[in-house]
Amino acid sequence: MAGRMRMRARMSGDVAEVKVLMQHPMETGQRKDSEGKPIPAHYIKEVMATLGDRTVMAAQWGAAISQNPYLSFRIKDAKKGDTVKVSWTDNKGETASTEAKIG
Amino acid sequence: MAMSGRMMGGLLGGALLAVGLAQAQDDTFDEYRSMFGDDNPAIFIVDEGSELWTQARGPENVSLEQCDLGQGPGVVENVYGQLPRYFEDTDSVMDLEGRLIHCMVELQGFKREEIIEGIYSGAGDNGTEMEALVAYVADASQGSKVAVPQSHPEEKAAYKAGEALFYHRAGPYDFSCATCHRQSDKRIRLQSLPNLTEAEGARATYTTWPAYRISQGVVRTMGWRMRNCARQQRLPELQPGSEAVVDLLMYMGVNAEGGSMDAPGLKR
Repeated sequence: MAGRMRMRARMSGDVAEVKVLMQHPMETGQRKDSEGKPIPAHYIKEVMATLGDRTVMAAQWGAAISQNPYLSFRIKDAKKGDTVKVSWTDNKGETASTEAKIG
Repeated sequence: MAMSGRMMGGLLGGALLAVGLAQAQDDTFDEYRSMFGDDNPAIFIVDEGSELWTQARGPENVSLEQCDLGQGPGVVENVYGQLPRYFEDTDSVMDLEGRLIHCMVELQGFKREEIIEGIYSGAGDNGTEMEALVAYVADASQGSKVAVPQSHPEEKAAYKAGEALFYHRAGPYDFSCATCHRQSDKRIRLQSLPNLTEAEGARATYTTWPAYRISQGVVRTMGWRMRNCARQQRLPELQPGSEAVVDLLMYMGVNAEGGSMDAPGLKR
């Protein structure tokens, strides 16, 4: 199961604090299942965050990130009511995104 | 003499360090948990459970919406803190997992053995239907009080049997549940052990399971926790929904009376 996301964004002083929980198995490719067969690698490779049409974060991820990753970051020059969008792309080319208004 | 004095100092230092580590481990994890705030990856599993509850499934192709968890058919809200309880239709005391198995068999036509076979996630699994359903039901009970009933004679008998089982020493290690869970402020390796004979420990435990286990990436249920306790004691495998599990849960649940449900929890 992959693809569900939950995001919160709110002003904290003069920066916007964004918290995103992403559902993803983040398989390293090193694990085996209960029958001993290797579980293929399946992990998020890229995470992008935009504020309006401005990219505020581009992150390259790998297999070392935990299952169901939880990401928190802060944005300067943001204000209440702005829309933050976060998306990811994994090594299988699957993608998901979500957006939230800064509260 | 000077030598042995220094050795004493070394030993004492070691003991202090061990205590310090136990404290530090809890503190670090509390800090980690507070970073999550109100977020918990269990929410995704709760969503899956909600879908499983309402979907028409199984050989009978019906949903679980007619399943009676103790507050009437289809009522999911605030049932968790009042289980296990006596059910008239089966003339027995059942816990949540046992009741869900019952509904999946009776309403949806699934085979009991098959449900039990795949009830908890194994290595490399990404969650089971039972884990999702339990997470969903527990989530719908958030904030409600633990009030496990003791009005029916069968419920009283289950508590008594649970208490007896809790103190019953068995297996190659001659262990009982009480060996680990009858004293406060004890730990095993660096894990704090709850005292389940007192309200404080029983509440802290009863109200925070099921829980998302960060180290395993799945929601674990109280039935799984108990089965693992039995495994660690080298006892025969505890069967989900069995009398032994129900009785032990009844003992813990009654001891936890008045606690406020806060599950799915977040554990190491």
